[in-house]
Amino acid sequence: MAEGKHYPNKLGIAGWAFRGRWGVDRYLYTLHRITGLGLLLYFLIHIIVTTSRAFGPEAWAQWMDMFAHSWIGYGEYLVFLAFAFHAFNGVRLVILELFGGVGKPIEPIYPYKTSLNTQRPLMVIIILIIVVVVLVGSYDFFVHTKPLFQ
Amino acid sequence: MRETKWWAWHMIAGIVIFVLLGLHMLITHFDDILGWFNVLGPSHAIEWQNVVARAQDVFFAATYIILLVAALFHGLYGARTIICEMNIGVGVRKFVDVLFWLVGLSLLIVGTWAAIASMAIKV
Amino acid sequence: MANKVQVPSDVIFTIRRYDPDNDEAPHYEDYKVHVDPGMTVLDGLHVIRETQDPSLAWRYSCRMGVCGSCGMLVNGRAMLACNNQILDISNRRLLIAPLPNFSIIKDLVPDLGLMFDKHRALHPYLIRESDKEEMENPTGEYEQSEKELVRYLQFSYCIRCGCCMAACPTLATDDSYLGPMPLAQGYRWNADTRDEGFDDRRSVAGDTHGAYRCHYAGECSNVCPKGVDPARAIQLLKTQLVKDYFHLMKKGAGCQSQSSRTGNERNPKIPDPPPFTVEKT
Repeated sequence: MAEGKHYPNKLGIAGWAFRGRWGVDRYLYTLHRITGLGLLLYFLIHIIVTTSRAFGPEAWAQWMDMFAHSWIGYGEYLVFLAFAFHAFNGVRLVILELFGGVGKPIEPIYPYKTSLNTQRPLMVIIILIIVVVVLVGSYDFFVHTKPLFQ
Repeated sequence: MRETKWWAWHMIAGIVIFVLLGLHMLITHFDDILGWFNVLGPSHAIEWQNVVARAQDVFFAATYIILLVAALFHGLYGARTIICEMNIGVGVRKFVDVLFWLVGLSLLIVGTWAAIASMAIKV
Repeated sequence: MANKVQVPSDVIFTIRRYDPDNDEAPHYEDYKVHVDPGMTVLDGLHVIRETQDPSLAWRYSCRMGVCGSCGMLVNGRAMLACNNQILDISNRRLLIAPLPNFSIIKDLVPDLGLMFDKHRALHPYLIRESDKEEMENPTGEYEQSEKELVRYLQFSYCIRCGCCMAACPTLATDDSYLGPMPLAQGYRWNADTRDEGFDDRRSVAGDTHGAYRCHYAGECSNVCPKGVDPARAIQLLKTQLVKDYFHLMKKGAGCQSQSSRTGNERNPKIPDPPPFTVEKT
């Protein structure tokens, strides 16, 4: 073991987001975390708000009016975006981590192909699905504009 | 072994949420286009009569409770994971565990009560 | 990449220096090096040490990518200094720093002790209790078919350079996370049909800071100089642990020694071992 004064050298949270030439998968991981936290925050509030339905139509309307005439309605769009990304990327992660999506071990011959190459088709398909879902949902939110959002 | 157990259920809860929350999103945001859930009528999903119609349907009440359990576990375990990766000590980790159990159980009780109580609303 | 035509250039090496006796914190120093085609980063460092600054410190040994000593951060990417030609990376400037996520001893020398401690914790060796007699007095080989070999072969090529540990986002914030190298080596032994140590490794690998703190950012596999693909190993390890939790793990027949197949005759093709140098008590 080397004794003496050592200088600490950790990347910290910057190491989650940006530090050098990284692959796409690392950014997917960071985005998965951010959307997860956003969804959790919305969800905890959502439980309290929707509980009001047990107290009758007046309580319900009170909450809905609060959201209808404010920017919070647009927050729901962000929640939808976060869900679209988090859910489908989550499916990709379950396939990779539990169902062998990383591929079988091989004998490594240079230039090396890793599990990142093996899962690339899955990643592209998932991202395309996310884009389609977001487009359809955006149409519903903004074109089929509900009077609630005025 | 405990971490294996929690993580395995975290994954399973994720799949459950994918299905049920997907359904929830379809109902609340996509039904205007899809018109699949005609039991709600063609009007907006969050208007009172539709809310009551769903609240009193056993399928919806049951799946709301399942979704609540799965989402609370999945979300809070995910947040706990993020916090545990920030170089906290064992004491802080145990505190976070207890805190999240308390928050999770309280919200679970609140939400389940609301789901059951709203089955008895008179329109 | 490697097919680019290389032209001799003057490249500025900006190196993160740190002298524990004199410095409070690391700082950067510039060195101008004339680079000829084919020179590796390691060659450049030697030129600096020999002609400009003899106090520059870094680790190296084999200079051919098999010992794992010269891992460092070059232009933001963790790599071996001996394995990469300067003009493939840049013909203007190289920013060289010690591997992140390890504390710095001096200049470009990281303290890899914690990585090896975590590696040891995963019992990265053959554990086989059922065959004690055979292990002490071997009579034959444990044969491995091609199928059995390929289950762990790529993970056995690890040279313990630490590049994967430097690139991992979880290690950037979590000191206790085991890291891609120990976990991949843990899986290497789990996947080996000769090994029976899954139960010993299970509690460490499935711990709070074990395999589940990996979230498949894939950076470890991205930077590995030997194609070990630790990301694949960790996901396969998670699958193993979860299957075991649900009691779905198929207990294979394992690998039988030759003597158990043919009786206790020692294979005549194997020469006798040399005499013991330490008295057996």
